[in-house]
Amino acid sequence: MLTEYLNLFISIAVCSFVSGFMVVLSFLFGQHKPDSEKVSPYECGFNPFEDARKAFDVRFYIIGILFIIFDVEIVLLLPLIFIVNFFLPYVLAFLAILIFGFVYEWKIGVLQWS
Amino acid sequence: MHFFVILVVDLILLLVAIAFLTLAERKVLGAIQLRRGPSTVGVFGVAQPFADGLKLILKETVFPKTANSGLFIFASCLAFSLSLIVWVVIPFDEYAVLVDINFGVVFVLIISSLNVYSIVIAGWSSNSKYAFLGSVRAASQMLSYELTIGFILLTLLLTARSLNISDIVLAQKNIWFFVPYLPLCIIFSVCMLAETNRTPFDLPEAEAELVAGYNVEYSSIIFALFFLGEYSNMIFMSTFFVVLFFGGWLPFPFLSFFAIKGFWLGFKVVCVLFWFIWVRATFPRYRFDQLMSIGWKVFLPLTFAMFIFYWAFFNFYVL
Repeated sequence: MLTEYLNLFISIAVCSFVSGFMVVLSFLFGQHKPDSEKVSPYECGFNPFEDARKAFDVRFYIIGILFIIFDVEIVLLLPLIFIVNFFLPYVLAFLAILIFGFVYEWKIGVLQWS
Repeated sequence: MHFFVILVVDLILLLVAIAFLTLAERKVLGAIQLRRGPSTVGVFGVAQPFADGLKLILKETVFPKTANSGLFIFASCLAFSLSLIVWVVIPFDEYAVLVDINFGVVFVLIISSLNVYSIVIAGWSSNSKYAFLGSVRAASQMLSYELTIGFILLTLLLTARSLNISDIVLAQKNIWFFVPYLPLCIIFSVCMLAETNRTPFDLPEAEAELVAGYNVEYSSIIFALFFLGEYSNMIFMSTFFVVLFFGGWLPFPFLSFFAIKGFWLGFKVVCVLFWFIWVRATFPRYRFDQLMSIGWKVFLPLTFAMFIFYWAFFNFYVL
């Protein structure tokens, strides 16, 4: 089993090296003649007049938060696939909390996009 | 050392597959639109992707003056590396898997979650409005559909009773999972398109509003890495789909006498990839609010309800 994890580690290293190597290759053989117009950020033909990193719609942020909650729920549900007894009280309680949370999110209009 | 050689050969074959997939996409799109597609370079345009690759390496890499150059390069390297790394847990045949870990499914989920980071970093570090909006959109879209994929996986694992991907395939010896899990199969195929940002859901790169999305500032090889990563993810999702629902390397029923190693997996994956391209040529683009509401209000409750249903069913069945 330990060799499998070592192999996983080697694969991660090799895959990272491949992408890094391709970038280096391009830097060696590609040309570099930057000028002020070329390196300005893309803005449909006119000069950018403010910083791009400004406030954005909060709903995108909420999607991120909801994702974390649901992803943790999926991870906690993973051991459930090995449980045979359906009527374990804590399993039912967990599922009830999950469903209640989702219904609540729906009711307060977090998922509304129009 | 043995492993290292196999890994390198695997990566080279994967890169060739990606190259030919880009060619196949252009050819099939051309055929659907009654054009010829690339036909000049090499015989019938076969050498076209290699010419494109060489061109992209030799082009100039432009760094926008407001961008954070380090993160700017890192994002595209991350996207490409992750799309390669995820391949090591896929079984190509029985015992033919590079890294045979016991939680292969969880590994796939981890890597596909990390993929979102590359997009967010790309959008933030290029410091351009279009890139930023595109990355925010792409991130929320991929996150939403990953949850649905997670619940579908949970349901399938009920039958396989193992997190090892080879065991999932072996559990389909009697019947492929798309028969008992047909609704999940259909939902997964839609999520696959959303997860790889393919056409009915290619809102991150909507040309009309966002020019090209999160990679608008990228050029030369660092653009190519994003592009290759996207196509690698596409092949990966097709393979994962085949492994989950269509029996991986298992041959078609009544055709098991035809047993060249790797033929059946390859054949099924090519069919799914053709379907990907076909969908691109057929469907118009969704609107963003439609995409979000179908993800959160239809697919997520539906797959969750199905998980509970199948779970109860199997428990009563087993007991």
